[in-house]
Amino acid sequence: MAVAPLAPTEVDDPTGSEDYKPDRPWIVIVWNDPINLMSYVTMVFQKLFGYSLEKATKLMLDVHQKGRAVVSSGPREKAEFDVARLHAHGLWATMQHDV
Amino acid sequence: MSDEDPGLSEPHPRIARIAPGRFTLSLPLPERMLLRSLLPELKHLVETRDPTTKRLFPTAYHDNPELEQEYRSLMGSELANGRLVAVSTVLATIDEQELALPALERWMDVINSLRLVYGTRLEVGEDPPVLQPEDPDASAYAVYEYLGWLMDQAVRAMTEDLAGS
Repeated sequence: MAVAPLAPTEVDDPTGSEDYKPDRPWIVIVWNDPINLMSYVTMVFQKLFGYSLEKATKLMLDVHQKGRAVVSSGPREKAEFDVARLHAHGLWATMQHDV
Repeated sequence: MSDEDPGLSEPHPRIARIAPGRFTLSLPLPERMLLRSLLPELKHLVETRDPTTKRLFPTAYHDNPELEQEYRSLMGSELANGRLVAVSTVLATIDEQELALPALERWMDVINSLRLVYGTRLEVGEDPPVLQPEDPDASAYAVYEYLGWLMDQAVRAMTEDLAGS
């Protein structure tokens, strides 16, 4: 969850770009694919994020049954780091702003 | 007759955990030869960014082409190099009877990358394909299935190790 600023501040954002609002976290999504083994996906979630077998299995089943699952979130740098590690393990991961 | 055990009579586990961070690699010679033959192929496909390697380099930002471009220029060669290092490790340890954890991780990387490439080439979907023995894809599919069988054993061994550490 985002942390509210201590006091209202004027933010000069001439671009109006949504990409530079620090208070909106990014989410990392893993998508279902027909090739990666279910047991492997569970193991990768345990290994990369330190999740318990139970939590990793639940996320894997969400990916398998619902087509996708949010596996981590945070600032853009952290989300991109997680996406890159998932890609290095052959998983289909994307990142986007939380809505 | 040959007194060499072809290893095909009864399946024994190819990869198993024997101690924390230590794993046996009990591959019959034909399987070592098969895996060895697949390594230069994977190396070449990664180096040339063959279209069948697209699952090794997935899209990170599917709704932002600018950030996606940035991600690719930052991470693309790192993702490729990781696979090439893994190929080198497997080549260097192809005749070993035992693997330490870091080497097994490289083996899993190679086995999974090969599955992703073969699965992409074969357009594997959720349901297994119906193939006749004379189908030109039959041998590639057999390799794909073999790699899945091997991968499953590596995952079991690694999961056991994660639970035990």
